[in-house]
Amino acid sequence: MGNLYPIKQIVDEEGKFVDTTMKSLISKELVEQFYYHMLRIRTFDRKAKNLQRQGRLGTYALFEGQEAAQVGSALSFGESDWVFPTYRDHGALLTYGADMVRVLLYWNGRVEGNVHHGKNIFPPAVPIATQLPHAAGAAWAEKRKGTKNAAISYFGDGATSEGDFHEGLNFASVFKLPVVFFNQNNGYAISVPIEKQMNSETIAQKSVAYGIPGVRVDGNDVFAVYFETLKAFERARNGEGPTLIEAVTQRFGAHTTADDPTKYRDQDVVEENRDKVDPLLRLERFMKGNGYWDREWVQNSLATIEAEIEEAVTQMEAFPEPDVADLFDHVFETLPWPIAEQKESYLQSIGGD
Amino acid sequence: MVQVEGVEKRISPQTTQSLTMVQAVTDALGTMLEQDERIMILGEDIGKNGGVFRATEGLQTRFGEERIVDTPLSEAGIIGSSVGLAVNGMIPIAEIQFLGFIYPAFEQIATHATRIRMRTMGNYSVPLVIRAPYGAGVRAPEVHSDSSEAFFTHMPGIKVVCPASPYDAKGLLISAIKDPDPVLFLEPMRLYRAFREDVPTGVYDIEIGKGKKVVEGEDVTVIAWGAMVPVVKEAAEKAKANGIYCDVIDLRTLFPLDKEIIAESVQKTGRAVIVHEAHETSGLGNDILSIINNTSFLYLKAPVEKVTGFDVPVPFFALEDHYLPTAKRVVTAIEKVHSF
Repeated sequence: MGNLYPIKQIVDEEGKFVDTTMKSLISKELVEQFYYHMLRIRTFDRKAKNLQRQGRLGTYALFEGQEAAQVGSALSFGESDWVFPTYRDHGALLTYGADMVRVLLYWNGRVEGNVHHGKNIFPPAVPIATQLPHAAGAAWAEKRKGTKNAAISYFGDGATSEGDFHEGLNFASVFKLPVVFFNQNNGYAISVPIEKQMNSETIAQKSVAYGIPGVRVDGNDVFAVYFETLKAFERARNGEGPTLIEAVTQRFGAHTTADDPTKYRDQDVVEENRDKVDPLLRLERFMKGNGYWDREWVQNSLATIEAEIEEAVTQMEAFPEPDVADLFDHVFETLPWPIAEQKESYLQSIGGD
Repeated sequence: MVQVEGVEKRISPQTTQSLTMVQAVTDALGTMLEQDERIMILGEDIGKNGGVFRATEGLQTRFGEERIVDTPLSEAGIIGSSVGLAVNGMIPIAEIQFLGFIYPAFEQIATHATRIRMRTMGNYSVPLVIRAPYGAGVRAPEVHSDSSEAFFTHMPGIKVVCPASPYDAKGLLISAIKDPDPVLFLEPMRLYRAFREDVPTGVYDIEIGKGKKVVEGEDVTVIAWGAMVPVVKEAAEKAKANGIYCDVIDLRTLFPLDKEIIAESVQKTGRAVIVHEAHETSGLGNDILSIINNTSFLYLKAPVEKVTGFDVPVPFFALEDHYLPTAKRVVTAIEKVHSF
């Protein structure tokens, strides 16, 4: 069955076109946009890891290796669409326009990090696959309102084993809801490899069960990811219902900063393969091969990105201390008496206002 | 019967209809659906079939398939998609066919519906009503008869409401639909068609969080809710024949509990019996005990008694009458606290 879903590629590992159908749409500007965002989120990811090591950030979920999947998808949707990320998709969120300070705050244990004004960004799903039905619901509301907006739900390979994966896809397909189910198959759910996760050869083929289109893309080929997600959004906006996209990629590092991947795989092999699978190297080769590589632009971009990240870290660290009242104030619109009493008594006990 | 002042708030002049509880539920739903386009009902068999208890009878014909939605058989899907609908401007009312079937949706309720407001500092909220028939006593197949309200009263972020009469069912359901936060609305299936009551047409609210005195007495406070209210009323009648006058409270809301009505009554009687159908251990009776302890300890003349379901799964129906608290067990407890 897997061979029914061959991996779609536009640009191969060597940075060469293997499919030129979209060539006319690939401008220098678009390529630079891809590269800039991928470089930006990789730099962010490495910085966040370092901050965690220095005790300046909490446990952090790394995504290095998945930049093409996150950037390619995130650049394909619009201002009024809905995003339902997991905890590993802040690369996509940053690309979509989430405030970097907020993203850092989230990883520093601050609830303020979930507040994204002006964009429909749902807080990241921490339990697995629960966001798929949410995306179906938000898309359903858009359908009822008669808009052309859609929702995208990110999820990993492990999520496909959960009941909510099925329930989300089933609802979305039964009610023909404008949802893009965007899977990043990075081969591991923490330590469990894909072959122990499922008996099916691909995730894309699971679309058959719901009677919806399924696509398997090279998740390290930002072009393939971008154009396939764009198509899925187009279908959603045209009332054609959901699409399941499987972006095959790799996470180079650990599941989180609290994880040691050498317990379950040979990291030397991962590094040896990096040359082949690293989405940034591939894009670099493509740019060089097509005359888009401008060393000065790259250096300037990196400098801009590093300055932006430094500034965001400074702001995150200068962010006002958490207000203890926030512990109580947002559970209900109006505090029921048990919470109101607990709040009053606790604030008094710590000498608050 | 005494109405606690200030609890009922009628909005417009109304006529009344004589309705059973399940009809009052349908009436509340229809009344609110007429008022607010954002309201949708989602559930299994609730459309064409009108629900297995007919609580949504006729609503799909009146309001269409877009709003009265027969969903796939998928509790987590129903609640999960309701969360998405709610944060994006709709007011979903989800029917879970029986409370005993809610467990697949537990994660969606515990982790998402109840936390979205807190997790986003109020940027998103989930105005969701989950309706579920609960309880034993109707000879239903196994797992249809659970009374697991305490799982939800223990869960921060959701209110839990449980009416015991048609009038309260309609007013409380309307309030639940208007509430900006998730509400679990438990419907005692044993009382669905037990009796009729005059129920006003149109909209009226009953404040969530307020109990109701259903029998006035000086000697023993008896606290119950839902399907136990008629049992307790029967017990109070029997106790009265022996000269013991009970002050019977129907709590109506299980979170937040009506502390004042409990304290006021126990401070008057100095004796209390708490009755619930759910299992005793970690049951809501213990929270009521805690309220009595915190508000009325020095007024007590006897240890508080509890009459509850046993710490066993709700049994097959051949034994359910032995599981459920009976008027006889309640009378024994009333006499015990009275003669202490």
